[in-house]
Amino acid sequence: MGALETRQLVIDIPGRAGGRPLDLRVGTGERWGVLGPNGAGKTTLLHTLAGLRAPRSGEVRLDGDPLSRLRRRALARRLGLVFQDRHDDFPATVRETALIGRHPFLSPWQQEGPEDLARAEAALARLDLTHLAERGLATLSGGERQRVSLATVLTQAPRVWLADEPTNHLDLHHQVAVMGLLAEQANRGCAVMMCLHDLNLAARWCDHVLLLYPDGEACWGAADAMLVPAALERLYGQPLTTAMVDGAPVFVPRT
Amino acid sequence: MSGARSRLSRRLRPGPLAWLVLAALLSQLIALALGSVALSPAELAAALAGDGDALHRTLLLELRLPRALAAFGTGALLAMAGALMQILLRNPLADPYVLGLSGGASVAALVAMLAGWGVALVSGAAFAGALASTLIVFGLAHGTGSWTPTRLLLTGVVMAAGWGALITFLLAVSPVERLPGMLYWLMGDLAYAGSPWPVLAVAALGLAVVLPLGRTLNVLARGGLQAAALGVAVRPLEWTLYLLASLVTAVAVTTAGSIGFVGLMVPHMLRLRLGNDQRRILPACLLAGGTLLTLADTLARTLIAPQQLPVGVITALLGVPSFLYLLYRSR
Repeated sequence: MGALETRQLVIDIPGRAGGRPLDLRVGTGERWGVLGPNGAGKTTLLHTLAGLRAPRSGEVRLDGDPLSRLRRRALARRLGLVFQDRHDDFPATVRETALIGRHPFLSPWQQEGPEDLARAEAALARLDLTHLAERGLATLSGGERQRVSLATVLTQAPRVWLADEPTNHLDLHHQVAVMGLLAEQANRGCAVMMCLHDLNLAARWCDHVLLLYPDGEACWGAADAMLVPAALERLYGQPLTTAMVDGAPVFVPRT
Repeated sequence: MSGARSRLSRRLRPGPLAWLVLAALLSQLIALALGSVALSPAELAAALAGDGDALHRTLLLELRLPRALAAFGTGALLAMAGALMQILLRNPLADPYVLGLSGGASVAALVAMLAGWGVALVSGAAFAGALASTLIVFGLAHGTGSWTPTRLLLTGVVMAAGWGALITFLLAVSPVERLPGMLYWLMGDLAYAGSPWPVLAVAALGLAVVLPLGRTLNVLARGGLQAAALGVAVRPLEWTLYLLASLVTAVAVTTAGSIGFVGLMVPHMLRLRLGNDQRRILPACLLAGGTLLTLADTLARTLIAPQQLPVGVITALLGVPSFLYLLYRSR
Protein backbone atom coordinates (compact mmCIF):
# COMPACT_ATOMS: atom_id res chain seq x y z
CA MET A 1 0.00 0.00 0.00
CA GLY A 2 1.31 3.44 -0.90
CA ALA A 3 1.22 6.36 1.51
CA LEU A 4 -0.72 8.26 -1.13
CA GLU A 5 -2.77 6.34 -3.66
CA THR A 6 -5.13 7.32 -6.42
CA ARG A 7 -7.79 5.03 -7.84
CA GLN A 8 -9.05 5.77 -11.35
CA LEU A 9 -8.49 9.45 -10.58
CA VAL A 10 -9.45 11.97 -13.26
CA ILE A 11 -8.69 15.54 -12.28
CA ASP A 12 -11.19 18.27 -13.06
CA ILE A 13 -9.72 20.62 -15.67
CA PRO A 14 -12.32 22.99 -17.14
CA GLY A 15 -12.81 22.37 -20.86
CA ARG A 16 -10.94 19.06 -20.93
CA ALA A 17 -12.99 16.08 -22.04
CA GLY A 18 -11.44 13.45 -19.83
CA GLY A 19 -8.00 11.98 -19.69
CA ARG A 20 -6.28 8.83 -18.61
CA PRO A 21 -7.42 7.78 -15.12
CA LEU A 22 -4.48 7.82 -12.74
CA ASP A 23 -3.70 4.81 -10.55
CA LEU A 24 -0.67 6.09 -8.67
CA ARG A 25 0.97 4.59 -5.62
CA VAL A 26 3.35 7.01 -3.99
CA GLY A 27 5.13 4.98 -1.35
CA THR A 28 7.01 6.14 1.74
CA GLY A 29 10.56 7.06 0.89
CA GLU A 30 9.70 7.72 -2.75
CA ARG A 31 10.40 10.97 -4.57
CA TRP A 32 8.00 11.62 -7.41
CA GLY A 33 8.46 14.30 -10.02
CA VAL A 34 5.48 15.56 -12.02
CA LEU A 35 6.46 16.94 -15.40
CA GLY A 36 4.36 18.55 -18.08
CA PRO A 37 3.96 21.70 -20.13
CA ASN A 38 2.06 24.76 -18.88
CA GLY A 39 -1.62 24.02 -18.40
CA ALA A 40 -1.21 20.23 -18.33
CA GLY A 41 -2.80 20.12 -14.87
CA LYS A 42 0.19 19.72 -12.55
CA THR A 43 -1.08 22.20 -9.96
CA THR A 44 -4.64 20.92 -10.26
CA LEU A 45 -3.34 17.41 -9.63
CA LEU A 46 -1.48 18.45 -6.49
CA HIS A 47 -4.49 20.37 -5.19
CA THR A 48 -6.70 17.35 -5.86
CA LEU A 49 -4.25 15.08 -4.04
CA ALA A 50 -4.31 17.53 -1.11
CA GLY A 51 -8.11 17.44 -0.98
CA LEU A 52 -8.45 21.09 -1.96
CA ARG A 53 -10.34 20.30 -5.18
CA ALA A 54 -12.84 17.60 -5.91
CA PRO A 55 -11.76 15.15 -8.62
CA ARG A 56 -13.99 14.67 -11.63
CA SER A 57 -14.03 10.97 -10.88
CA GLY A 58 -12.11 8.41 -8.90
CA GLU A 59 -10.64 8.90 -5.45
CA VAL A 60 -7.49 9.67 -3.49
CA ARG A 61 -6.46 7.62 -0.47
CA LEU A 62 -4.06 8.57 2.28
CA ASP A 63 -2.68 5.48 4.09
CA GLY A 64 -5.74 3.65 2.81
CA ASP A 65 -8.31 6.22 4.00
CA PRO A 66 -10.30 8.01 1.28
CA LEU A 67 -9.60 11.75 1.51
CA SER A 68 -13.32 12.48 1.36
CA ARG A 69 -13.74 10.74 4.72
CA LEU A 70 -10.91 12.55 6.51
CA ARG A 71 -11.51 15.72 8.44
CA ARG A 72 -9.51 18.65 7.15
CA ARG A 73 -7.53 19.02 10.35
CA ALA A 74 -6.64 15.32 10.46
CA LEU A 75 -5.56 15.56 6.83
CA ALA A 76 -3.38 18.61 7.53
CA ARG A 77 -1.54 16.70 10.23
CA ARG A 78 -0.46 14.11 7.68
CA LEU A 79 -0.19 15.96 4.38
CA GLY A 80 1.44 19.29 3.58
CA LEU A 81 1.44 21.34 0.39
CA VAL A 82 3.96 23.96 -0.72
CA PHE A 83 1.93 26.38 -2.85
CA GLN A 84 3.14 27.99 -6.02
CA ASP A 85 1.11 31.16 -5.39
CA ARG A 86 0.68 32.94 -2.12
CA HIS A 87 -1.39 35.83 -0.89
CA ASP A 88 0.46 38.18 1.41
CA ASP A 89 -2.31 40.78 1.70
CA PHE A 90 -1.71 41.33 5.40
CA PRO A 91 1.55 42.04 7.19
CA ALA A 92 3.28 39.07 8.85
CA THR A 93 6.82 38.21 9.87
CA VAL A 94 8.85 35.28 8.61
CA ARG A 95 8.70 33.59 12.02
CA GLU A 96 4.91 33.93 12.27
CA THR A 97 4.60 32.47 8.78
CA ALA A 98 6.68 29.41 9.65
CA LEU A 99 4.71 29.02 12.87
CA ILE A 100 1.34 28.64 11.10
CA GLY A 101 2.58 25.18 10.12
CA ARG A 102 1.68 24.16 13.68
CA HIS A 103 -1.93 25.26 13.26
CA PRO A 104 -3.38 21.77 12.64
CA PHE A 105 -1.82 20.51 15.87
CA LEU A 106 -3.17 23.17 18.25
CA SER A 107 -6.63 23.44 19.79
CA PRO A 108 -8.53 26.74 19.40
CA TRP A 109 -7.64 28.15 22.80
CA GLN A 110 -4.05 26.91 22.76
CA GLN A 111 -1.20 29.37 22.29
CA GLU A 112 1.88 28.29 20.42
CA GLY A 113 4.23 26.93 23.08
CA PRO A 114 8.03 26.71 23.30
CA GLU A 115 7.98 23.37 21.50
CA ASP A 116 6.03 24.79 18.56
CA LEU A 117 8.38 27.73 18.41
CA ALA A 118 11.40 25.44 18.54
CA ARG A 119 10.07 23.53 15.52
CA ALA A 120 9.56 26.78 13.60
CA GLU A 121 13.03 28.00 14.53
CA ALA A 122 14.58 24.71 13.42
CA ALA A 123 12.72 24.92 10.10
CA LEU A 124 13.91 28.49 9.59
CA ALA A 125 17.49 27.46 10.37
CA ARG A 126 17.25 24.51 7.95
CA LEU A 127 16.26 26.93 5.17
CA ASP A 128 18.87 29.61 5.97
CA LEU A 129 16.20 32.02 7.20
CA THR A 130 17.15 32.56 10.83
CA HIS A 131 18.60 36.00 10.14
CA LEU A 132 15.32 37.02 8.44
CA ALA A 133 12.99 35.73 11.19
CA GLU A 134 11.78 39.17 12.30
CA ARG A 135 11.44 40.55 8.77
CA GLY A 136 8.06 41.25 7.17
CA LEU A 137 7.10 39.08 4.21
CA ALA A 138 6.69 42.16 2.03
CA THR A 139 10.40 42.92 2.34
CA LEU A 140 11.60 39.53 1.07
CA SER A 141 12.89 38.62 -2.36
CA GLY A 142 11.05 35.99 -4.39
CA GLY A 143 13.50 33.26 -3.50
CA GLU A 144 13.45 34.12 0.21
CA ARG A 145 9.64 34.07 0.18
CA GLN A 146 9.75 30.66 -1.51
CA ARG A 147 11.98 29.32 1.24
CA VAL A 148 9.56 30.68 3.88
CA SER A 149 6.78 28.64 2.25
CA LEU A 150 8.96 25.55 2.52
CA ALA A 151 9.74 26.41 6.16
CA THR A 152 5.98 26.50 6.92
CA VAL A 153 5.55 22.94 5.61
CA LEU A 154 8.74 21.80 7.32
CA THR A 155 7.27 23.11 10.59
CA GLN A 156 4.06 21.25 9.76
CA ALA A 157 6.22 18.11 9.34
CA PRO A 158 3.74 16.06 7.30
CA ARG A 159 4.33 12.47 6.23
CA VAL A 160 3.26 13.31 2.68
CA TRP A 161 4.89 16.31 1.02
CA LEU A 162 3.34 17.86 -2.06
CA ALA A 163 5.44 20.67 -3.52
CA ASP A 164 4.35 22.84 -6.44
CA GLU A 165 7.53 23.95 -8.17
CA PRO A 166 9.57 24.08 -4.96
CA THR A 167 12.61 25.53 -6.73
CA ASN A 168 10.76 28.55 -8.17
CA HIS A 169 12.74 31.79 -7.80
CA LEU A 170 15.64 29.99 -6.09
CA ASP A 171 19.29 30.53 -6.95
CA LEU A 172 21.36 27.48 -7.90
CA HIS A 173 22.68 26.87 -4.40
CA HIS A 174 19.25 27.00 -2.83
CA GLN A 175 17.74 24.86 -5.60
CA VAL A 176 20.15 22.11 -4.65
CA ALA A 177 19.60 22.75 -0.94
CA VAL A 178 15.82 22.48 -1.31
CA MET A 179 16.01 19.30 -3.40
CA GLY A 180 18.36 17.96 -0.73
CA LEU A 181 15.79 18.84 1.93
CA LEU A 182 13.03 17.00 0.06
CA ALA A 183 15.31 13.99 -0.45
CA GLU A 184 16.10 14.03 3.26
CA GLN A 185 12.37 14.02 4.08
CA ALA A 186 11.92 11.01 1.80
CA ASN A 187 14.81 9.22 3.49
CA ARG A 188 13.07 9.77 6.82
CA GLY A 189 10.03 7.89 5.54
CA CYS A 190 7.99 10.66 3.93
CA ALA A 191 6.36 10.37 0.55
CA VAL A 192 7.32 13.31 -1.65
CA MET A 193 5.68 14.48 -4.86
CA MET A 194 6.76 17.66 -6.62
CA CYS A 195 5.92 19.49 -9.81
CA LEU A 196 9.03 20.53 -11.67
CA HIS A 197 9.90 22.38 -14.83
CA ASP A 198 13.57 21.51 -14.70
CA LEU A 199 14.12 18.11 -16.30
CA ASN A 200 17.64 17.92 -14.94
CA LEU A 201 16.52 18.39 -11.35
CA ALA A 202 13.95 15.64 -11.93
CA ALA A 203 16.61 13.37 -13.44
CA ARG A 204 18.92 13.91 -10.52
CA TRP A 205 16.52 13.93 -7.56
CA CYS A 206 13.42 11.91 -8.44
CA ASP A 207 13.10 8.15 -8.42
CA HIS A 208 9.63 8.16 -10.01
CA VAL A 209 8.20 10.44 -12.67
CA LEU A 210 4.68 11.22 -13.85
CA LEU A 211 4.38 12.80 -17.27
CA LEU A 212 1.19 14.84 -17.78
CA TYR A 213 0.26 15.70 -21.37
CA PRO A 214 -1.96 18.68 -22.21
CA ASP A 215 -4.68 16.44 -23.65
CA GLY A 216 -5.04 14.52 -20.38
CA GLU A 217 -2.86 11.62 -21.47
CA ALA A 218 -0.41 10.51 -18.79
CA CYS A 219 2.25 7.92 -18.07
CA TRP A 220 4.25 7.19 -14.99
CA GLY A 221 6.89 4.86 -13.65
CA ALA A 222 10.51 4.66 -12.56
CA ALA A 223 12.45 7.81 -13.42
CA ASP A 224 15.01 6.24 -15.75
CA ALA A 225 12.24 4.58 -17.75
CA MET A 226 10.26 7.81 -18.10
CA LEU A 227 13.07 10.29 -18.73
CA VAL A 228 13.83 9.25 -22.29
CA PRO A 229 14.30 11.88 -24.99
CA ALA A 230 11.46 10.66 -27.24
CA ALA A 231 8.84 10.88 -24.45
CA LEU A 232 10.10 14.23 -23.23
CA GLU A 233 10.23 15.73 -26.73
CA ARG A 234 6.62 14.68 -27.27
CA LEU A 235 5.70 16.04 -23.80
CA TYR A 236 6.99 19.53 -24.44
CA GLY A 237 6.84 19.62 -28.24
CA GLN A 238 10.50 20.62 -28.06
CA PRO A 239 13.54 18.89 -29.57
CA LEU A 240 16.18 17.99 -26.94
CA THR A 241 19.84 17.11 -26.85
CA THR A 242 20.94 14.61 -24.22
CA ALA A 243 24.36 14.29 -22.62
CA MET A 244 25.58 12.16 -19.77
CA VAL A 245 27.18 14.06 -16.90
CA ASP A 246 28.34 12.31 -13.72
CA GLY A 247 26.34 9.25 -14.69
CA ALA A 248 23.01 11.07 -15.05
CA PRO A 249 21.36 12.33 -18.23
CA VAL A 250 21.30 16.08 -18.84
CA PHE A 251 18.66 17.45 -21.19
CA VAL A 252 19.23 20.65 -23.11
CA PRO A 253 16.66 22.21 -25.46
CA ARG A 254 17.75 22.31 -29.09
CA THR A 255 16.94 25.36 -31.13
CA MET B 1 16.50 29.22 22.25
CA SER B 2 16.00 31.35 25.37
CA GLY B 3 16.12 34.37 23.08
CA ALA B 4 13.35 32.91 20.97
CA ARG B 5 11.29 32.13 24.07
CA SER B 6 11.57 35.67 25.36
CA ARG B 7 10.53 36.90 21.93
CA LEU B 8 7.45 34.70 22.14
CA SER B 9 6.49 35.98 25.57
CA ARG B 10 7.04 39.51 24.34
CA ARG B 11 4.86 38.82 21.34
CA LEU B 12 2.00 37.66 23.54
CA ARG B 13 2.42 39.98 26.52
CA PRO B 14 -0.72 41.96 27.39
CA GLY B 15 1.09 45.32 27.39
CA PRO B 16 -0.71 47.20 24.60
CA LEU B 17 -4.09 45.79 25.67
CA ALA B 18 -3.57 47.07 29.21
CA TRP B 19 -2.87 50.52 27.83
CA LEU B 20 -5.99 50.35 25.69
CA VAL B 21 -8.12 49.36 28.71
CA LEU B 22 -6.72 52.38 30.54
CA ALA B 23 -7.48 54.64 27.58
CA ALA B 24 -11.02 53.26 27.41
CA LEU B 25 -11.66 54.02 31.08
CA LEU B 26 -10.16 57.46 30.72
CA SER B 27 -12.35 58.21 27.70
CA GLN B 28 -15.43 57.25 29.73
CA LEU B 29 -14.42 59.62 32.54
CA ILE B 30 -13.83 62.45 30.06
CA ALA B 31 -17.22 61.80 28.46
CA LEU B 32 -18.85 61.91 31.90
CA ALA B 33 -17.09 65.10 33.00
CA LEU B 34 -17.57 67.20 29.87
CA GLY B 35 -20.79 68.69 28.59
CA SER B 36 -23.18 71.59 29.01
CA VAL B 37 -22.40 71.41 32.73
CA ALA B 38 -18.71 70.57 33.22
CA LEU B 39 -17.96 68.59 36.39
CA SER B 40 -14.76 68.80 38.38
CA PRO B 41 -13.05 65.47 39.23
CA ALA B 42 -14.27 65.82 42.83
CA GLU B 43 -17.88 66.37 41.77
CA LEU B 44 -17.58 63.46 39.32
CA ALA B 45 -16.24 61.14 42.02
CA ALA B 46 -18.94 62.20 44.47
CA ALA B 47 -21.76 61.68 41.96
CA LEU B 48 -20.40 58.27 40.91
CA ALA B 49 -20.05 57.23 44.56
CA GLY B 50 -23.75 57.91 45.02
CA ASP B 51 -23.74 61.19 46.90
CA GLY B 52 -23.25 64.80 45.89
CA ASP B 53 -25.70 66.98 44.02
CA ALA B 54 -28.86 65.10 42.99
CA LEU B 55 -28.99 67.04 39.71
CA HIS B 56 -25.42 65.96 38.94
CA ARG B 57 -26.34 62.34 39.63
CA THR B 58 -29.29 62.47 37.27
CA LEU B 59 -27.20 64.19 34.61
CA LEU B 60 -24.47 61.57 34.91
CA LEU B 61 -26.36 58.35 35.37
CA GLU B 62 -29.34 59.02 33.14
CA LEU B 63 -27.89 61.17 30.38
CA ARG B 64 -24.14 61.03 30.02
CA LEU B 65 -23.32 57.50 31.16
CA PRO B 66 -25.79 55.72 28.84
CA ARG B 67 -24.65 57.81 25.91
CA ALA B 68 -20.94 57.32 26.67
CA LEU B 69 -21.44 53.58 27.01
CA ALA B 70 -23.50 53.46 23.81
CA ALA B 71 -20.74 55.33 22.00
CA PHE B 72 -18.16 52.90 23.36
CA GLY B 73 -20.20 49.85 22.38
CA THR B 74 -20.95 51.19 18.89
CA GLY B 75 -17.31 52.06 18.21
CA ALA B 76 -16.24 48.64 19.47
CA LEU B 77 -18.74 46.90 17.17
CA LEU B 78 -17.72 48.93 14.11
CA ALA B 79 -14.00 48.31 14.60
CA MET B 80 -14.55 44.60 15.16
CA ALA B 81 -16.82 44.34 12.11
CA GLY B 82 -14.19 46.14 10.02
CA ALA B 83 -11.43 43.78 11.12
CA LEU B 84 -13.61 40.74 10.37
CA MET B 85 -14.67 42.02 6.93
CA GLN B 86 -11.03 42.68 6.05
CA ILE B 87 -10.14 39.07 6.85
CA LEU B 88 -13.25 37.69 5.14
CA LEU B 89 -12.57 39.57 1.91
CA ARG B 90 -8.77 39.25 2.27
CA ASN B 91 -8.72 42.93 1.51
CA PRO B 92 -7.27 45.46 3.94
CA LEU B 93 -9.44 48.16 2.35
CA ALA B 94 -12.73 46.57 3.37
CA ASP B 95 -14.89 48.26 6.00
CA PRO B 96 -18.14 47.20 7.70
CA TYR B 97 -20.15 48.98 5.03
CA VAL B 98 -18.28 47.67 2.00
CA LEU B 99 -20.96 45.09 1.26
CA GLY B 100 -23.73 47.69 1.12
CA LEU B 101 -25.01 47.07 4.60
CA SER B 102 -25.17 50.69 5.72
CA GLY B 103 -26.82 51.61 2.41
CA GLY B 104 -29.65 49.17 3.02
CA ALA B 105 -30.03 50.41 6.59
CA SER B 106 -29.96 54.05 5.49
CA VAL B 107 -32.61 53.64 2.78
CA ALA B 108 -34.94 51.87 5.19
CA ALA B 109 -34.31 54.45 7.94
CA LEU B 110 -34.87 57.40 5.60
CA VAL B 111 -38.12 55.91 4.34
CA ALA B 112 -39.23 55.48 7.97
CA MET B 113 -38.32 59.12 8.71
CA LEU B 114 -40.17 60.29 5.61
CA ALA B 115 -43.22 58.38 6.80
CA GLY B 116 -42.90 60.28 10.07
CA TRP B 117 -42.31 57.21 12.24
CA GLY B 118 -40.80 57.51 15.71
CA VAL B 119 -37.25 56.78 16.82
CA ALA B 120 -37.89 53.14 17.71
CA LEU B 121 -39.47 52.38 14.35
CA VAL B 122 -36.67 54.14 12.47
CA SER B 123 -34.16 51.95 14.32
CA GLY B 124 -36.21 48.84 13.59
CA ALA B 125 -36.41 49.78 9.91
CA ALA B 126 -32.63 50.35 9.80
CA PHE B 127 -31.99 46.91 11.29
CA ALA B 128 -34.37 45.27 8.81
CA GLY B 129 -32.76 47.17 5.94
CA ALA B 130 -29.26 46.13 7.00
CA LEU B 131 -30.19 42.47 7.21
CA ALA B 132 -32.12 42.60 3.92
CA SER B 133 -29.07 44.08 2.19
CA THR B 134 -26.86 41.39 3.73
CA LEU B 135 -29.10 38.61 2.47
CA ILE B 136 -29.43 40.12 -1.02
CA VAL B 137 -25.65 40.52 -1.38
CA PHE B 138 -24.92 37.05 -0.09
CA GLY B 139 -27.61 35.45 -2.25
CA LEU B 140 -26.47 37.24 -5.39
CA ALA B 141 -22.76 36.64 -4.75
CA HIS B 142 -23.52 32.96 -4.28
CA GLY B 143 -25.27 32.99 -7.66
CA THR B 144 -25.13 29.83 -9.72
CA GLY B 145 -21.44 29.16 -9.13
CA SER B 146 -19.17 29.26 -6.14
CA TRP B 147 -18.55 32.54 -4.39
CA THR B 148 -15.10 33.97 -4.02
CA PRO B 149 -14.04 36.96 -1.93
CA THR B 150 -13.70 39.01 -5.13
CA ARG B 151 -17.20 38.16 -6.29
CA LEU B 152 -18.64 38.96 -2.86
CA LEU B 153 -16.77 42.26 -2.80
CA LEU B 154 -17.93 43.26 -6.29
CA THR B 155 -21.54 42.37 -5.54
CA GLY B 156 -21.39 44.40 -2.33
CA VAL B 157 -19.77 47.42 -3.94
CA VAL B 158 -22.37 47.47 -6.73
CA MET B 159 -25.21 47.09 -4.24
CA ALA B 160 -23.75 49.94 -2.17
CA ALA B 161 -23.69 52.14 -5.26
CA GLY B 162 -27.35 51.28 -5.88
CA TRP B 163 -28.31 52.13 -2.29
CA GLY B 164 -26.33 55.38 -2.63
CA ALA B 165 -28.44 56.40 -5.61
CA LEU B 166 -31.65 55.61 -3.68
CA ILE B 167 -30.42 57.67 -0.72
CA THR B 168 -29.74 60.66 -2.98
CA PHE B 169 -33.17 60.23 -4.52
CA LEU B 170 -34.86 60.13 -1.11
CA LEU B 171 -32.98 63.25 0.03
CA ALA B 172 -33.94 65.05 -3.19
CA VAL B 173 -37.66 64.40 -2.78
CA SER B 174 -37.81 64.98 1.00
CA PRO B 175 -39.35 68.11 2.47
CA VAL B 176 -36.71 70.61 3.57
CA GLU B 177 -37.64 70.55 7.25
CA ARG B 178 -36.85 66.82 7.47
CA LEU B 179 -33.42 67.09 5.81
CA PRO B 180 -31.26 67.96 8.89
CA GLY B 181 -32.50 64.89 10.81
CA MET B 182 -31.87 62.69 7.79
CA LEU B 183 -28.39 64.07 7.18
CA TYR B 184 -27.46 63.60 10.85
CA TRP B 185 -28.63 60.02 10.68
CA LEU B 186 -26.58 59.43 7.53
CA MET B 187 -23.45 60.87 9.09
CA GLY B 188 -23.98 59.05 12.36
CA ASP B 189 -25.47 60.47 15.54
CA LEU B 190 -25.65 59.06 19.04
CA ALA B 191 -28.32 61.46 20.33
CA TYR B 192 -31.04 58.82 19.96
CA ALA B 193 -28.91 55.84 20.96
CA GLY B 194 -31.16 54.88 23.88
CA SER B 195 -30.06 52.05 26.15
CA PRO B 196 -26.36 51.10 25.78
CA TRP B 197 -26.91 47.48 26.84
CA PRO B 198 -27.77 45.99 23.43
CA VAL B 199 -24.52 47.22 21.81
CA LEU B 200 -22.40 46.25 24.81
CA ALA B 201 -23.98 42.81 24.99
CA VAL B 202 -23.50 42.21 21.26
CA ALA B 203 -19.88 43.41 21.52
CA ALA B 204 -19.19 40.97 24.37
CA LEU B 205 -20.95 38.17 22.51
CA GLY B 206 -19.05 38.92 19.31
CA LEU B 207 -15.73 38.86 21.12
CA ALA B 208 -16.64 35.56 22.78
CA VAL B 209 -17.37 34.02 19.36
CA VAL B 210 -14.31 35.47 17.66
CA LEU B 211 -11.56 35.04 20.24
CA PRO B 212 -11.33 31.24 20.01
CA LEU B 213 -11.14 31.68 16.22
CA GLY B 214 -8.15 34.03 16.47
CA ARG B 215 -5.40 31.72 15.25
CA THR B 216 -7.68 30.28 12.58
CA LEU B 217 -8.34 33.80 11.29
CA ASN B 218 -4.59 34.41 11.16
CA VAL B 219 -4.35 31.42 8.84
CA LEU B 220 -7.36 32.49 6.76
CA ALA B 221 -5.67 35.86 6.19
CA ARG B 222 -3.05 33.91 4.18
CA GLY B 223 -5.71 32.90 1.65
CA GLY B 224 -8.47 30.33 1.49
CA LEU B 225 -6.44 27.53 -0.10
CA GLN B 226 -3.51 27.96 2.27
CA ALA B 227 -5.91 27.91 5.21
CA ALA B 228 -7.63 24.77 3.91
CA ALA B 229 -4.24 23.09 3.47
CA LEU B 230 -3.54 23.81 7.15
CA GLY B 231 -6.74 22.17 8.31
CA VAL B 232 -9.21 25.09 8.34
CA ALA B 233 -12.79 24.35 7.27
CA VAL B 234 -12.87 27.51 5.16
CA ARG B 235 -16.47 27.66 3.96
CA PRO B 236 -18.17 27.34 7.38
CA LEU B 237 -15.65 29.84 8.81
CA GLU B 238 -16.43 32.36 6.07
CA TRP B 239 -20.17 31.98 6.67
CA THR B 240 -19.62 32.60 10.37
CA LEU B 241 -17.50 35.68 9.68
CA TYR B 242 -19.99 37.10 7.20
CA LEU B 243 -23.03 36.60 9.41
CA LEU B 244 -21.26 37.84 12.53
CA ALA B 245 -19.80 40.95 10.89
CA SER B 246 -23.17 41.75 9.31
CA LEU B 247 -25.12 41.30 12.53
CA VAL B 248 -22.62 43.37 14.50
CA THR B 249 -22.70 46.17 11.91
CA ALA B 250 -26.47 46.09 11.75
CA VAL B 251 -26.68 46.59 15.53
CA ALA B 252 -24.17 49.46 15.35
CA VAL B 253 -25.96 51.17 12.46
CA THR B 254 -29.30 50.75 14.20
CA THR B 255 -27.93 52.41 17.33
CA ALA B 256 -26.16 55.37 15.81
CA GLY B 257 -26.59 55.60 12.05
CA SER B 258 -23.76 54.98 9.65
CA ILE B 259 -20.65 56.31 11.33
CA GLY B 260 -17.74 56.14 8.92
CA PHE B 261 -14.02 55.76 9.41
CA VAL B 262 -13.95 53.71 12.66
CA GLY B 263 -14.40 50.34 10.98
CA LEU B 264 -11.84 50.97 8.25
CA MET B 265 -9.10 52.78 10.12
CA VAL B 266 -9.02 51.37 13.65
CA PRO B 267 -7.95 47.87 12.55
CA HIS B 268 -5.33 49.45 10.29
CA MET B 269 -3.90 51.71 12.95
CA LEU B 270 -3.64 48.76 15.32
CA ARG B 271 -2.04 46.54 12.68
CA LEU B 272 0.63 49.16 12.10
CA ARG B 273 1.54 49.01 15.78
CA LEU B 274 0.69 45.46 16.85
CA GLY B 275 1.13 43.27 13.75
CA ASN B 276 -1.69 41.10 12.45
CA ASP B 277 -2.25 38.49 15.16
CA GLN B 278 -6.05 38.43 15.45
CA ARG B 279 -5.85 37.24 19.05
CA ARG B 280 -4.48 40.68 19.88
CA ILE B 281 -5.99 42.77 17.10
CA LEU B 282 -9.62 41.83 17.76
CA PRO B 283 -9.76 42.74 21.47
CA ALA B 284 -7.60 45.78 20.70
CA CYS B 285 -10.11 46.80 18.00
CA LEU B 286 -12.98 46.69 20.47
CA LEU B 287 -11.12 48.83 22.98
CA ALA B 288 -9.66 51.32 20.52
CA GLY B 289 -12.85 51.62 18.44
CA GLY B 290 -14.88 52.20 21.60
CA THR B 291 -12.40 54.75 22.93
CA LEU B 292 -12.25 56.64 19.63
CA LEU B 293 -16.01 56.89 19.31
CA THR B 294 -16.49 57.89 22.97
CA LEU B 295 -14.02 60.75 22.56
CA ALA B 296 -15.47 61.74 19.20
CA ASP B 297 -18.99 61.82 20.59
CA THR B 298 -17.85 63.91 23.56
CA LEU B 299 -16.34 66.42 21.16
CA ALA B 300 -19.42 66.28 18.92
CA ARG B 301 -21.68 67.39 21.76
CA THR B 302 -19.33 69.95 23.34
CA LEU B 303 -17.39 71.64 20.52
CA ILE B 304 -20.08 74.10 19.49
CA ALA B 305 -22.54 73.41 22.34
CA PRO B 306 -25.46 73.71 22.69
CA GLN B 307 -25.52 72.67 19.05
CA GLN B 308 -24.38 69.09 18.36
CA LEU B 309 -22.27 67.91 15.45
CA PRO B 310 -22.69 64.56 13.68
CA VAL B 311 -20.17 62.25 15.33
CA GLY B 312 -19.06 60.84 11.94
CA VAL B 313 -17.52 64.22 11.14
CA ILE B 314 -15.46 64.09 14.32
CA THR B 315 -14.30 60.48 13.87
CA ALA B 316 -12.95 61.44 10.48
CA LEU B 317 -11.39 64.70 11.67
CA LEU B 318 -9.70 62.93 14.60
CA GLY B 319 -8.86 59.78 12.75
CA VAL B 320 -7.47 61.02 9.45
CA PRO B 321 -4.48 62.94 10.86
CA SER B 322 -3.61 60.27 13.43
CA PHE B 323 -3.87 57.55 10.79
CA LEU B 324 -1.72 59.47 8.34
CA TYR B 325 0.82 60.09 11.08
CA LEU B 326 1.03 56.40 11.94
CA LEU B 327 1.30 55.46 8.29
CA TYR B 328 4.05 58.01 7.76
CA ARG B 329 5.96 56.73 10.78
CA SER B 330 5.61 53.04 9.90
CA ARG B 331 8.38 51.26 8.05
